[in-house]
Amino acid sequence: MHKGQRTQLGQDREVVEKVHRPTLELGITGGPHSQRDGEDRGRDPLWWKKRLRLSEFLAEKLVMLVAFVSFALIVLIFVFVFRETVPLLLSSSEAKVGLHPPEEQETYGDVAPLVTERHQTPKSESKGASMDVSGEGSADIKNLSGPMWQPVSSLPKYGLFPLITGSIKVTVVAMVIAAPIGVLAALFTASFAPRWAKEFLKPAIEVLAGFPSVVIGFFALVVLASFLQSVFGFQYRLNAFVGGLALSLAVIPIIYTISEDALSAVPKVLTEASLALGATRWQTALLVVLPAATPGVFAAILIGIGRAFGETMIVLMATGNAAILSISPLDPVRTMSATIGAEMAEVVFGETHYSVLFLIGLILFIFTFALNGIAELFIRQRLLKRFKGN
Amino acid sequence: MDNANYKIRTRDLRFFYGEKEALKGITIDVKPNQVTALIGPSGCGKSTFLRSLNRMNDLVEGAVVRGTVLVDHIDIYGPEVDVVALRKKVGMIFQKSNPFPKSVYDNVAYGPRVNGIRERKVLDEIVETSLKQAALWDEVRDDLSRSGLALSGGQQQRLCIARALAVGPEVLLMDEPASALDPSATAKIEELMYVLKENYTIVIVTHNMQQAARVSDVTAFFYIGELIEMDETRKMFTNPSVKQTEDYITGRFG
Amino acid sequence: MIGRKFLDFTVTTVSASSALFIILIVLVLIGDILLNGWSTLSWEFITESPMQGMTEGGIFPAIFGTFLLVVIMSFVGVPIGTVTAIYLSEYAGQKSIFARAIRFAVNTLAGVPAIVFGLFGLGFFVQFVGGGVDQVVSGGAELRWGQPNILWSSLTMALLTLPVVIISVEESIKTVPRELREASLALGATKWTTIRKIVLPNSITGILTGAILAVSRGAGEVAPILFTGAAYFLPKLPDSLSDQFMELGYHIFIMSTQSTDVEATIGIQYATTLVLLALTFSLNFSAIFLRYKVRTRSAH
Repeated sequence: MHKGQRTQLGQDREVVEKVHRPTLELGITGGPHSQRDGEDRGRDPLWWKKRLRLSEFLAEKLVMLVAFVSFALIVLIFVFVFRETVPLLLSSSEAKVGLHPPEEQETYGDVAPLVTERHQTPKSESKGASMDVSGEGSADIKNLSGPMWQPVSSLPKYGLFPLITGSIKVTVVAMVIAAPIGVLAALFTASFAPRWAKEFLKPAIEVLAGFPSVVIGFFALVVLASFLQSVFGFQYRLNAFVGGLALSLAVIPIIYTISEDALSAVPKVLTEASLALGATRWQTALLVVLPAATPGVFAAILIGIGRAFGETMIVLMATGNAAILSISPLDPVRTMSATIGAEMAEVVFGETHYSVLFLIGLILFIFTFALNGIAELFIRQRLLKRFKGN
Repeated sequence: MDNANYKIRTRDLRFFYGEKEALKGITIDVKPNQVTALIGPSGCGKSTFLRSLNRMNDLVEGAVVRGTVLVDHIDIYGPEVDVVALRKKVGMIFQKSNPFPKSVYDNVAYGPRVNGIRERKVLDEIVETSLKQAALWDEVRDDLSRSGLALSGGQQQRLCIARALAVGPEVLLMDEPASALDPSATAKIEELMYVLKENYTIVIVTHNMQQAARVSDVTAFFYIGELIEMDETRKMFTNPSVKQTEDYITGRFG
Repeated sequence: MIGRKFLDFTVTTVSASSALFIILIVLVLIGDILLNGWSTLSWEFITESPMQGMTEGGIFPAIFGTFLLVVIMSFVGVPIGTVTAIYLSEYAGQKSIFARAIRFAVNTLAGVPAIVFGLFGLGFFVQFVGGGVDQVVSGGAELRWGQPNILWSSLTMALLTLPVVIISVEESIKTVPRELREASLALGATKWTTIRKIVLPNSITGILTGAILAVSRGAGEVAPILFTGAAYFLPKLPDSLSDQFMELGYHIFIMSTQSTDVEATIGIQYATTLVLLALTFSLNFSAIFLRYKVRTRSAH
């Protein structure tokens, strides 16, 4: 064994033997260019000496710094969204039960009529109610878990329940529409579509993905809502169904893209084997391709849910924004994201209402974060399997 | 032993990649102004060995080197050694010709430029000399501004040689420089090596036994990370002293 | 076997009609906006300010504001994203924990709802940074930076589009052949020189693609600017970074939900939507084209 230590390349290492004793016989083999090289490197007995390259050093440090900054910013998102909710958490731990609104049992049906017209938007709504703003509201656990969201009133109520169920309702509607369409269209592309069909479908998906959400929201608000109302005679023009349908347009491209990735990654040998055994194309597609791509498809749906849950502009414009508790998808609904979007511009910084909106944001953040994390796991698992399979 | 007579010396050079020991203690002396050929079957470590002579293996993550490589009696893995200066002194030609997607002129001038030479006249001169040395000048002199990628495979490889020469190296490491070329282009490269060794020390890795026999003065036979035999080429190919070498040279394995 | 044939037919039809539905909805969306927006669209519409309480006139301030937003955003986001991508692909080792943390953060960031970015912009840029600046400058007496403005909106948007830039640039840097890097290093170029002279010039299309995609995304997102700087109506164009601004997407939102007579301005709403769509689509198409070029290069 050699006496030199095993060392990582490029790092300092023990000096071995007769090194660093440049001898004078050097230079005998200097190439023909060595003379014109300015510093005559060929004959320079110290050619090997490490020199400080300032620009190199600075560049590396700068690159590291910028990378750190972009990382820090990402971490800061969490920190600052969380930070603004801290006053709330502190005050709620003191549990000011006394301020709890007594008329909590009041029915909430009276909120709904406010939003039957489409320009009955959050702004006008909250304006209408903001006549009697009292200075301080409190948001303890009981209030937050209450059934009413009435942040701007003499006794503000910050019940998140209607908002959370609202978000869930819209997301469910969106996913019920988007998941089958997205996955089936992906399956079509991966298993059935002739070349020419793909050449229509893929750009169409890219285009759909490129639609700004405000444009989809606008379309839902102006065209879709009226159209559906005239066909089905909805009581409220804007409702959870309209919002969910519009939302599905934004989610379909995501589900499609990720599922298609997963489906087309299924090894050709599998499908060929299935076809060779006499299975038809649909049997192969449904019984071989789809199951093999399940983790990817599942991830696609999870990411789709995350997107639907957090999407703001579409639901803000198309759901009617009434914070009411109901199961019917045909009632107007107010989601968490839309609540932030509609109310944040109106609140006083640092007030309870402000903190509660940040709390909603924090919930959205954590929820989508978790969903994406799980989806990532699924995708990675699929990759692992594929690598191991090969 | 006259130390000054060796350009490169390695002592018990070991190379680890993770758990794998790719070089198992190689000790070799390379004389100046000679062509030294490294032969052996694929995966025998000859390329790894070549790349540790100018520390190109530094780029391999998780690699560990032990032992000593002396270039002009300097341990190039020493803590105070400047890798950039080392690579200027020890140039490299790669298996796959890799001209930059730039003009012929800019390809050759790249090295001098990154080393701080700015004057057009000096650069012109270096480009011309280097291209002449690489026996490419006559073929490209009319249009130095055409893309290096527009040249034929053999020309591209000679462009890479010119590019390496432009930095003013003393050693040229060639990693199967002709393996992707047709016979006539290969012949040109081999001729070139014959001329170049007057001014440079050349170490070449080759798969091609005939090539080793034609171009080299000394041949080293590697097998699974070990140096089996090293001797004058003439002797190696006529009368190898190790059985394994003979088997390989006569094509019985590998 | 009729049953099998029937099933084969059904599955194909159902999946094909899903695909057809997507194509149809895209056509309907584009057709509706194009047909309804075209009649109001004119040169004056693009170059004039809103008039008569926003019931007439054009949308120039919104176009200008959008333009300003994406320019400031790009000036901040593209360099930071590019350098971060360089760090990830050139400097960070494969086992670097820091690099993995960045990658994880970037992936996470891509899934965070846009509205949360808005909250962050409000909490961090407007209140923390802006408020801090005001404290330092005037002891908090004058509220200048501590309120929503175009700078904070742009920075928020830069953060939102950071993953787009990082992912696109890194993908492009990866297509630069290792041989070119090695050739440069073997010629005695330093790492930074190699990055500057070989890696970056050869991934310029990727950087451009990332920038374009970011701009397209930034131009289309409204949620992050709702309360970080966008304004309903401004009589004059912003002339300082601490001014609020009008923006196309926000204009659509406002005009279609908050204006006093929504029916009367429906033409303006459609035309604004058309302008926004034309903007994002032309950007997206150029990005797709560039990416296609990068991919064909890496395949070859």
